[in-house]
Amino acid sequence: MNHKKIRELKVSAIEDGTVIDHIPSNAVFQVIRILKLEVFDNMVLFATNLESKKYGTKGIIKVSNKFFAPEELNKIALVAPHASIIEIRGYQVQSKTIVETPDRIKGIVKCFNPNCVTNMEEVAAIFTVVDKEDTRLKCHYCEKITTRTTMEFR
Amino acid sequence: MKNKSLVSINDYTKEEHIRILDLAKEFEKNPVQNIMQHHVVASLFFEPSTRTRLSFESAVNRLGGKIVGFSEATNTSVKKGESLRDTILTVANYSDLIVMRNPIEGSARFASEISPVPIINAGDGANQHPTQTLLDLYSILKTQGTLDNLHIAMVGDLKYGRTIHSLVIALCNFNTTFHLVSPPELKLPSSVKMHIKEKNLAYHQYTEMDEVLPRTDILYMTRIQQERFSDPLEYERIKNAFNLHQDMIADTKENFRVLHPLPRVKEININVDKSAKAYYFEQALNGVFVRQALITSILGIK
Repeated sequence: MNHKKIRELKVSAIEDGTVIDHIPSNAVFQVIRILKLEVFDNMVLFATNLESKKYGTKGIIKVSNKFFAPEELNKIALVAPHASIIEIRGYQVQSKTIVETPDRIKGIVKCFNPNCVTNMEEVAAIFTVVDKEDTRLKCHYCEKITTRTTMEFR
Repeated sequence: MKNKSLVSINDYTKEEHIRILDLAKEFEKNPVQNIMQHHVVASLFFEPSTRTRLSFESAVNRLGGKIVGFSEATNTSVKKGESLRDTILTVANYSDLIVMRNPIEGSARFASEISPVPIINAGDGANQHPTQTLLDLYSILKTQGTLDNLHIAMVGDLKYGRTIHSLVIALCNFNTTFHLVSPPELKLPSSVKMHIKEKNLAYHQYTEMDEVLPRTDILYMTRIQQERFSDPLEYERIKNAFNLHQDMIADTKENFRVLHPLPRVKEININVDKSAKAYYFEQALNGVFVRQALITSILGIK
């Protein structure tokens, strides 16, 4: 039996909805937070530390009866830059796309600079993505660079 | 430029920088004019400052304008827990322009987005101090006769010095060759170096200033702060290595000038002060003319 079949036994198929595959194992919970799946009413299945030929290990999330807007999904590129998005209808794959890092990010990431106005006043942090490959975010307010290692989500 | 806030040096284009410098030249010839008698400028200094606040206030007073505001936040509603948003919205009712210094980084950008009147950033923490940059540009222009194709050495704390960061960014418009002199732990951050690289300009990095001195047109010195070092001995060693004294400037170019945003501590020996190549006190005076030019441009008077 190959790995793919084993994985499908562990995370059962969904009839309609979205599968987010190739998430780094340590980013599954961040993706759940970014997509606000903690407060979602339909079935959400997820698994992490699955074997992956390409990346060693990976995580996967399957969300029933939910199709996301591309802007919404692109936010997860910050933590899962190679995630693929598979839309399922009637157990069949309808489309398969790769996430794309947005140019501008508002409200989901916290500026790492404790002395930044966004951590003091009621104002959403806004970032320009200056490096998509390494995920370097320049704060619109304090102009400091938040990186993947200093990144925290609101 | 009317009603256009100045938060970061890059908010204005090269042409707008040059326009301010040209106008500053006019104000230098004629600094006392009664052209602001109907204007009120709010000067909000949430942390102490001598030069910047006084030069802004002097600039406005000499043009007949009125100043309202505070020079420290202790006796204001900020102390009672008022948000910056509310302070700005209130003060905007009483003034045509707000000059603000605030230790919180990004506070000036935030203020410019919520305020109905324009904002001039007079320093937001370690982030930006664009009027210092404009007066630095003016001082370079005045001493060199041009801003183009100069060799400019920057010495000291290049990592945390906000005046250095803004000045580097502004000079990238003028084909500058940069000589960056700092201890290895206080090198220019990559986020600033990025601007030099984008314009394909030459830059050289050094840990001592000796070899730079004969080559450069401008020597821009900055203070190295003790609190940047965890080891006090390391600070003592570095402090002495970055000390400019009279003998060192003997073999410099004729047009060579020493600039410093002040306050200085020990990095320039007082025996340099009497040299014709020392320019830091005149530099501070230039701040008044540049700020007159900026304020009158934003208010639409000039």
